[in-house]
Amino acid sequence: MLRDITIGQFFPGNSFVHRVDPRVKLVLVIAMIIALFFAGGVVSYLLIATYELIVIWVSRIHFKMVVRGLKPILFIIIFTAILNLFYTPGDVLWAWHFLHITKQGIFTAIQMVARIMLLIIGTSMLTYTTSPIDLTDALERLLSPLKRLRVPVHELAMIMSIALRFIPTLIEETEKIISAQRARGADFESGNIIQRARAMVPILVPLFISAFRRADELATAMECRLYHGGEGRTRLKQLHICWIDYLAIFISALIFGTVIVLGRLGW
Amino acid sequence: MTVLETRDLTHVYGAGTPFERIALNHISLKIQQGEILGIVGHTGSGKSTLIQHFNGLLKPTSGEILLEGKPIWDAKGKCSRDVRFRVGLVFQYPEYQLFEETIAKDIAFGPTNMGLSKAEIDTRVQEAMAFTGLPQELAAQSPFALSGGQKRRVAIAGVIAMRPQVLILDEPTAGLDPAGRDELFAEIKTYHDKTGATVVFVTHSMEDAARMADRILVMNEAKAMLLGTPRQVFSHAEEIIATGLDIPEITKVILELNRRGIPLERSIFTVEDAVRAIRQYKNGGASC
Repeated sequence: MLRDITIGQFFPGNSFVHRVDPRVKLVLVIAMIIALFFAGGVVSYLLIATYELIVIWVSRIHFKMVVRGLKPILFIIIFTAILNLFYTPGDVLWAWHFLHITKQGIFTAIQMVARIMLLIIGTSMLTYTTSPIDLTDALERLLSPLKRLRVPVHELAMIMSIALRFIPTLIEETEKIISAQRARGADFESGNIIQRARAMVPILVPLFISAFRRADELATAMECRLYHGGEGRTRLKQLHICWIDYLAIFISALIFGTVIVLGRLGW
Repeated sequence: MTVLETRDLTHVYGAGTPFERIALNHISLKIQQGEILGIVGHTGSGKSTLIQHFNGLLKPTSGEILLEGKPIWDAKGKCSRDVRFRVGLVFQYPEYQLFEETIAKDIAFGPTNMGLSKAEIDTRVQEAMAFTGLPQELAAQSPFALSGGQKRRVAIAGVIAMRPQVLILDEPTAGLDPAGRDELFAEIKTYHDKTGATVVFVTHSMEDAARMADRILVMNEAKAMLLGTPRQVFSHAEEIIATGLDIPEITKVILELNRRGIPLERSIFTVEDAVRAIRQYKNGGASC
């Protein structure tokens, strides 16, 4: 069902990881991705994996939830593994007709799978522990220098937070409309592609209408509260860097630095 | 005769996740053919979950639902589409499910899914429009040009056009003004009287339930707390108040009179009955 989508979901909590400043978390995730691409050998991958396990453990997010987040990209992982396994040139270990597995192939396949999984887990830990509002706030603050170049940073951040805010609402709405049409005997499961596409009309039309209605109501509500864009707008929640953030930066920098050095050495 | 029956019906949302919640807790009840049943309860008491089991939209975690004595879920865990046509369900705010270009086409959606002939569909659309008080001239108009109350009538007509044996409505009058509410209830009543269909409706208002229903089911915290005629149910007025639900205003007056030492029957829920009882008491006759 639609509810099973966990990518981008936020699990409220009050752990150390939850309390780190969202700007710091965002930058650290980017740093982690960079470090991940420098990683070259077993040791550096293990180091990043350990780092992520610690983050998961400290954040008290159920490990099951983290694994569930990997499910939607399972296909990509398998696809990457197979491609790398069979198409990497090198010392042939096993061959059958046009298929051949090389020693390098096995190594690259494992490396790529580890890279993708660590990438997804790392980035999903950001969204699991940071509320969407905090995240867009952080993005707006980090990108604010671009305002000088006339990039509408505030507006973009606002669009993003509204979009994120309405995903659950629209999912709920969709499920309700699906149920209502099924109650009138609509059949979404049988028939060929064209019939199935046609069966979507009774869902899409009401969904679009209600999305537009919501947008209209939201715009009115915002205007009623005198929203007029980002200029001169103050914040309810001021972001402050404190000792937690310095600690997080220190530990992460240490690990990422080590990974980059080890990676360059081919470990 | 029993038309719908639930046996130990239990439904758990999000089983095995941190968001697990029991929505229905061992509900066993029988709905009689031709009766009007009002379901009352708080938000989150399980009313909407319960009615979505009646036509097989939700699958019970455990327990059974029987339609005319036959389980609606077969041994393979499938629910036939036929159940949806026999048990018509109108959702809350059904006006948001309209999608067709014309009112007639939208009402015809259900009957078309039933695979009926063109002529039969036309008769049913006309009939459903008449039941819901929609003038036939509107048939070719877009449903989106209508007022909120009329859109809701179109949506209800869309379910009535399937001629369900059991008509279920989830808060049919939510958001309507008192006049609109009375009209809609009168139309539902007419439908019930003319077709002999069983009607089940969910409401927050005890007042509406008392006025409309032959029997009332009070749901509280996923359980069926009380089930009986309005008279039987309102004789438990204190229990109902204890759960935070409201009781009809006139029953409150009677309770207050009781407290001041005037022994009137406590299950009175219409003004007429109350007047009669008070007169009787004043004329010195013992109360009933």
